[in-house]
Amino acid sequence: MIEPSKEYVVQMHGITKRFGSFCALNEMNLDVKSGTIHSLLGENGAGKSTLMNVLYGLYQADEGEIFLKGEKVEVKNPSDAIKLGIGMVHQHFMLLEKFTVVQNIILGDECISHLGMVDMKKARKDVMEIANKYGLHIDPDAKISDITVGMQQKVEILKALYRGAELLILDEPTAVLTPQEIQELIKIMKNLIDSGKAIIIITHKLKEIKAASDICTIVCRGKYIDTVDVKSTTESELAALMVGHDVNLVVDKSPAEPKETILEIENLVVENEKKMDAVKGLSLNVRKGEIVGIAGIDGNGQKELMDALSGFIKAKSGTIKINGKEIQNTTPRNIIDSGISIIPEDRHKRGLVLEFGVFENAVLNKYRKMPYSKKGILNQKAMEQFTNELIQECDVRPAGCTYDHAGNLSGGNQQKLIIGREVSNNPELLIAVQPTRGLDVGAIESVHKTLVRERDKGKAILLISFELDEVMNLSDTIAVIYDGKIQDTFLQGTVDENTLGLLMAGGRNHVHE
Amino acid sequence: MYMNKIAQILKKSVFRTLAAIVLGLFVAGIILAVAGYPPLRSMLALGKGIFSSPKYVSNVLIKSTPIIFTGLSVAFAFKTGLFNIGVEGQFIVGCLASTLVGITLDLPPVIQVPLVLLAGLVAGAAYGGMIGVLKAKFGIHEVISGIMLNWIALYLSNYICILEPFRKGDSNGTYQVSEASKTLILGAWKNTDDGRNFLKGIPILGEAFLKTDVNIGFLAAVIMAILLAVLLKKTTKGFELRAVGYNKYSAEAVGIDIKKNIIDVMLISGAVAGLGAALYITGNTPHKITVLSAFEGMGINGLPVALIAGSSPVGCILSGLLFGGLMYGGQALQYEVGAPTEIINIVIGIIVFFVAIMKGVPRLLLKIPRRGGKHVK
Amino acid sequence: MKMKRVVAFGLALTMGISLIGCGGKKKAEETSDKNGKDFSVAMITDTAGVNDQSFNQSAWEGLQEFGEDTGAKVNYLESKQSSDYVTNLERLGDNNSDFIWAIGFDTADALLEVAKENQEFKYAIIDNAYEETPSNVTGVIFKAQEPSFLVGYVAGKTTKTNKVGFVGGIENAVIQQFMFGYQAGVAFAGKEMGKEIKIDVQYAESFADAAKGKAIASKMYSEGCDIVYQAAGGSGTGVIEAAKEAGKFAIGVDRDQAYLAPKNVLTSALKKVGTAIQNVSEKVMNGEEVGGKTLVFGLTEDCVGIPEKNPNMDSKVYEDTMKIKDMIKSGVITPPGTETDYAQFLKSIK
Repeated sequence: MIEPSKEYVVQMHGITKRFGSFCALNEMNLDVKSGTIHSLLGENGAGKSTLMNVLYGLYQADEGEIFLKGEKVEVKNPSDAIKLGIGMVHQHFMLLEKFTVVQNIILGDECISHLGMVDMKKARKDVMEIANKYGLHIDPDAKISDITVGMQQKVEILKALYRGAELLILDEPTAVLTPQEIQELIKIMKNLIDSGKAIIIITHKLKEIKAASDICTIVCRGKYIDTVDVKSTTESELAALMVGHDVNLVVDKSPAEPKETILEIENLVVENEKKMDAVKGLSLNVRKGEIVGIAGIDGNGQKELMDALSGFIKAKSGTIKINGKEIQNTTPRNIIDSGISIIPEDRHKRGLVLEFGVFENAVLNKYRKMPYSKKGILNQKAMEQFTNELIQECDVRPAGCTYDHAGNLSGGNQQKLIIGREVSNNPELLIAVQPTRGLDVGAIESVHKTLVRERDKGKAILLISFELDEVMNLSDTIAVIYDGKIQDTFLQGTVDENTLGLLMAGGRNHVHE
Repeated sequence: MYMNKIAQILKKSVFRTLAAIVLGLFVAGIILAVAGYPPLRSMLALGKGIFSSPKYVSNVLIKSTPIIFTGLSVAFAFKTGLFNIGVEGQFIVGCLASTLVGITLDLPPVIQVPLVLLAGLVAGAAYGGMIGVLKAKFGIHEVISGIMLNWIALYLSNYICILEPFRKGDSNGTYQVSEASKTLILGAWKNTDDGRNFLKGIPILGEAFLKTDVNIGFLAAVIMAILLAVLLKKTTKGFELRAVGYNKYSAEAVGIDIKKNIIDVMLISGAVAGLGAALYITGNTPHKITVLSAFEGMGINGLPVALIAGSSPVGCILSGLLFGGLMYGGQALQYEVGAPTEIINIVIGIIVFFVAIMKGVPRLLLKIPRRGGKHVK
Repeated sequence: MKMKRVVAFGLALTMGISLIGCGGKKKAEETSDKNGKDFSVAMITDTAGVNDQSFNQSAWEGLQEFGEDTGAKVNYLESKQSSDYVTNLERLGDNNSDFIWAIGFDTADALLEVAKENQEFKYAIIDNAYEETPSNVTGVIFKAQEPSFLVGYVAGKTTKTNKVGFVGGIENAVIQQFMFGYQAGVAFAGKEMGKEIKIDVQYAESFADAAKGKAIASKMYSEGCDIVYQAAGGSGTGVIEAAKEAGKFAIGVDRDQAYLAPKNVLTSALKKVGTAIQNVSEKVMNGEEVGGKTLVFGLTEDCVGIPEKNPNMDSKVYEDTMKIKDMIKSGVITPPGTETDYAQFLKSIK
């Protein structure tokens, strides 16, 4: 442990935080030097966010001390934290959609003219000054609802700087950004460091840690593991520290042997909730025995494509065919019956009934069939037996959770339950949307393996993911979606990250031209 | 340790509810004392008013019956994610329909009774179903349409019940339903000298039957509760209904038709209320409807019944009995001690309140000792 | 006319004989061979409850007074729903009340049933006359047309716009008594002063819709009525509210409702339920046989009337009204309570 000293913006020593009987943080230490980008690495649920919430005053530590520039402080709530010069950008932005950029930035810290009115002119000037100083290029008068996610993030950073933050905490800042935007973010972070600020970023993306940060503290299961110099440590070493064992980051699979086409989407047009075309004439084929991955940034029509594929909304025009049969305007039940299984993006919203027991969730897509029910009467025994098998097969933990509430399972185990359930339906086409979102490395590996195994069994698999790495590693064919259309498709290995990133952001594909 | 143990016990909802009831009575005692009524004597009077005579116990069962039905109606809808505040209106139209059929027809009881009950059930179902259709097809929130339909039911009933040929003389009510429609147990026989003498000969049962409207309603309520519990737990329909109630998005994703289920739930919920209403009319004096100046509250009282029961159908029987007992015994409280009967409403309110906050208590108990054990007794 | 007078006189006479006037209270106690302390009277309210500011409350107040005067034990039970009537009456029987009152005609069917089952108890009911009264039940009704006639007379004498209003609850025989009595009173005053006074009659279709009562009355006031009489229970309080807002007069009913709007209640048509209850209870206590019949109370028994203090009323009008009261008592005038009687009455004063 390093003695409290002025050189360090923040020092957190011996932080322990318990929730009930669960120990989320156990004697955690963190020392952030001024003028550095310090990354906090750990699996999901390792305690990174909890630690930062303690620093930001959202939680109170049960034990431990916090020092700012060598002086002991107490952070009781976020407004204390802001006064002490700590700013935090949460994973989910806290912005008012109907307000402009400047309005959002000054909200809660308005400069008041002597008439008791908000002095917007001065506010605008102040905001622009800060923005220019750190190279955060924004349109101060645009409404939040009209700007991109990347822009919104800049607004969040500006919000913190406007309140005089000397230390910025960025929680998973790259999750929603395109590669280009990530590059820009890294540039901005470097600018901030150069003018004397310090930054802590929470992430589990090794590549970004390598690219952006100077020092990395690794957390595992609420415990401090190590603090390393990023430049002299390799990605694999970092990963190994994070999970406690060496991880195979590349998906292990043989070349695909695609057969006949199962899914044919032709000139599909789907409207979004605002009655505007979101999918604009999309065409795509998926064959047996291949994984087709759709790469793209959130909000380019993936959601509407999925809603149409699931039968939640009707297509405006175009067709979706499964085995030659049109299904675009039928019911969800017909779609399931025609051999499509879907692993939904949002486990809690679309995948599970959290208040239901695991056994009820396990038969959610087959309770109407024998032997789970007969003439409208459920067969508890059959449900239980099936669930026990599924739990064992898919390694859902804790074992023997058959009658527990699904909501009590961890995210990874919930996902295993859903995947197990969908795969057990023996579908011809398996659609997986963001199947590894929020999962730790171990769970990701298991999900990927399952998808490859199903492909090898001859199933058609459609993968939609915002994680470019995942699409690139897992898919046999990569399709890039932008603005409701497939921009281009590539075989795995014939395209690099930059080309895809450019396409995802609406750039032209120079390779093919 | 001690706190932990209590917390563990209170994690069971049954014990939580019991604790809430005890606390509710306790707080009511304090309120009585503050208002200048002797709390202990009051509670004794309450108990006496419920248990001191077989007739009273019998009356508690009779009084509880309609609110068990409306409680079941609310609980069933609640289990499936709908707040059926329209239960009052469903009960009213149930009363109306069964009364009209009961007045108009006079068939042998074997046909008449099922017909009258069916009339109430169908009317309630149709009225509840309307709320379901409004929600499913037009997205109108069931609380809004429910409240509106309650008023419509009230005025509709007031209008029809003084129409010819249903209106009795110059009264502001209808005729009684025909004798054959009544669901009283031993109804006619016990008014004959033979019946009266025979019943007087049986010590406890005799009194419970004589001078009370003993009817088949309570039995029907128990059967209904079991039916609903089985429907929810053991059938694919119930599986779907619960899935929609807990998470309609997941339910939709696995192919369950949400809109159809909303309508189905409201149909069933309304039918339960309507059947309860028909049994109320056929089983209780005055066996007719009158112009109501305000809601009688049979449906609205179903809300706390369902809340105290935690929306469990079988629980509704118990909480309905509690509620009915308090309402009926409350009369004795007023008679013996002179306390206003409103105190009973306060007791019920407090119990509902405690049931609601008790959910947070186990967590609170586990938290207190760490915050500083000395503050805890 | 003459015939009517005879009938009325005869009726008054029978009452006078069969009833001991409310003033004879003290005497009754002295002559009572049954000590008031051994006597218990109880009542059940209808669903309006004991604090209804109407006849349930009057009944309970009368009963309490009876208890204080004679030392009898008195008590009440409140009914929340119409299905409570039977159980409440039964419960009073269990508590061995000597005499049991049911308040309001709503309770009539329930009382009939309970009375049949419990021949050993004595019952009475306010506001209901059975076609066949059981031997252990006494019906008590009021001549609502009499006080209505008086307030109608007051209204006719007081109106400046020559237009007055009537708001009824639900149209039935009881409310018609109020309406025709009132109309006759207004007409009588008009005749006396030689002018024609218009009467606007409307119904709220409810006894508990204050908003509707208010809406109707407001419209009447804006259309030129300056006095509105209401016999509409809870809806009637809306009428008084409307009078307050319009700065016009309303006439209260059943109780002295001046406290609702001291400056805007002209007078009230009193139905002294409490007095009637005391009256009948005392008879029963004294062992008098009143079962099996219906007793009719009116001005003669001092069980209806108008308040003694009417700050908003011209004292001359009050004096005139008292004269009218005496004329009714003596049978010179018989206020009509039905449509046919009313038509006849109009003919008679022409």
